[in-house]
Amino acid sequence: MIMKQHWLYLPATRRKLWIAGISILVLAVIAEFFIHLHAYFSIVEFVGFYAVYGFMSCVILIVIARLLGLLLKRKEDYYDK
Amino acid sequence: MISSYIHPAFILIIGGLILPLLQGKWRSILALLLPLIALVAIWSVPDGNHYSISFLSYELEPFRVDKLSRLFIIVFSITAFAGVLYCYKQASNKELSTALIYAGSAIGVTLAADMVTLFVFWEIMALASTLVVWSARTDASWYAGMRYVLIHLLGGVILMSGIAAYSHETGGIVFTAMNLESLSSWLILTGFLINAGAPPLSAWIADAYPESSFSGMVFLSAFTTKAAVYVLLRGYPGTELLIYIGLFMIFYGIVYALLENDMRRILAYSIVNQVGFMVCGIGIGTELALNGAAAHAFTHIIYKALLLMSAGAVLYTTGKRKCSDLGGLFQTMPVTCTCGIIGALSISSFPLTSGFVSKSMMTQATADGHMLVIWLLLQAASAGVFLHAGIKFPWFVFFQEDSGLRPPEAPLNMRLAMIFFSFLCILIGITPGLLYQLLPYSVNFVPYTVGHVLLQLQLLLFSGLAFFVMLPWMQRTLTISLDIDWLYRKALPKVSEMIISILSVAGAYFGTRGQKITGILSDCVMRLYGPHGALSREIQTGFVVLLVVLMLGLYLLLYLITI
Repeated sequence: MIMKQHWLYLPATRRKLWIAGISILVLAVIAEFFIHLHAYFSIVEFVGFYAVYGFMSCVILIVIARLLGLLLKRKEDYYDK
Repeated sequence: MISSYIHPAFILIIGGLILPLLQGKWRSILALLLPLIALVAIWSVPDGNHYSISFLSYELEPFRVDKLSRLFIIVFSITAFAGVLYCYKQASNKELSTALIYAGSAIGVTLAADMVTLFVFWEIMALASTLVVWSARTDASWYAGMRYVLIHLLGGVILMSGIAAYSHETGGIVFTAMNLESLSSWLILTGFLINAGAPPLSAWIADAYPESSFSGMVFLSAFTTKAAVYVLLRGYPGTELLIYIGLFMIFYGIVYALLENDMRRILAYSIVNQVGFMVCGIGIGTELALNGAAAHAFTHIIYKALLLMSAGAVLYTTGKRKCSDLGGLFQTMPVTCTCGIIGALSISSFPLTSGFVSKSMMTQATADGHMLVIWLLLQAASAGVFLHAGIKFPWFVFFQEDSGLRPPEAPLNMRLAMIFFSFLCILIGITPGLLYQLLPYSVNFVPYTVGHVLLQLQLLLFSGLAFFVMLPWMQRTLTISLDIDWLYRKALPKVSEMIISILSVAGAYFGTRGQKITGILSDCVMRLYGPHGALSREIQTGFVVLLVVLMLGLYLLLYLITI
């Protein structure tokens, strides 16, 4: 039986979602130019700090998890043996 | 002195004990009513110490109501209600009953103004929660529950020795703020931290909770760790050590959740992560930070229960827990999926959700205190929360590649419970004043400034980008991750096996010689205690009386000599 693919899984939709997502990201950064912000610390007082910081934090966390995974990951039945 | 107010813990504990005697409709009605009665009870009690009971040389004060305890009891009772609503049709009698007793004991801990009462409820909590773990009735839950109860009994023993030392040092048992200048306060802190899931013993959360039934974990996530947050808030505000313990828990939770394949374990690791935020806030210790920690406990209980209800609904309808088996469920479970997403947005502190208005108090407190490094770490952690719980959970369970599973939507009562908690998440997010007025200190904090909302959105949206860019690195593997529990699940059994095998070899070697020695020993024992042995001979009563008389006479003589 071939199941009808939900429209969310169609390649065209996927492309549209990426375009919409990236436009939102761009808007979120551009908006910072029009709003007067009060930064808590002087070193973070540049436009897009949170965007860069959020992105980089996640990349670093994923890399750390991946590296630790080499050390810590075991097969699911490790404790059952 | 006992006032006429009813202690909410007794309502739930006694009610929970009566529950198994009822059947059908009446059982459901009572189970749903009990948490609501407890809620009304705590709402109608004024602040103050309402019971005072003399016990040995101590004053027990099991019923202390103030803003802090009231806050926790409100959220405990609401969650008990929603939890019962979620499962009263599906869960066993035993599970409902123990879950209510468990909730009652957490409320008892929260209301205790003395350490003895606190300890008693603390132990009831450990036992009742173990029964909730066991209610899944699988082999896995039996063993996990055994490990769980051993850890908690260990914590209980440490807490008990701390309390004994405390009463010896201070002469009292009043539970108030302590500093780390004596052995007793270190022991008590250790006991509290074990229940909070602090390092090194964090593994029990991800070990035991996911093995409970689909509904059991909803209750488990709410009470034990948050009662620990409460006692830390009360006992150790501003203890700097807690900042670092909290930070460790935050990142431990994120990294392990990223490695995990089991959706319920992802959420279990995320409990450690979220409690880490609270512990960190308690360590900072300013009024804003303490308010933030208390508020975060409140909102966290709700959105984490919501996430677990959503995961539980998936487990209930599909019988599957692994991300690698799931996917595409949004098509047939739209309500479960939407509620799960609302919970995921709340835990990620998206603006307009409850997590935003509570977590931002704690980050603001670090900014106010000019703690740049901690502030940076908390921001990175916020990004990481979105990564491991905010996107990873809903993405792998409800979207990703279509698994072909077409389970039915969750039953009505489960959907109602999820909708209720989704509503609360958004209600608190939109009108933070509702929550702020319940906090222990007065609040001068405005979460919704244009700048704050925008920057938070930037942080989260770009974390989302990182998730999808790095998706190939996030693919699920059929693995588990080692933790400290390896020591007592693998290393210790190995060591004991080794000792036994060494002993048996030694036994074989010294066998013949050993038999001779034991033979001589058993002969001696036989001669003394055997049927005709000197020490098992029957003695006549008259002879015994004579002996007693002689002894008393001797005593009298000695007494007269010494005068």
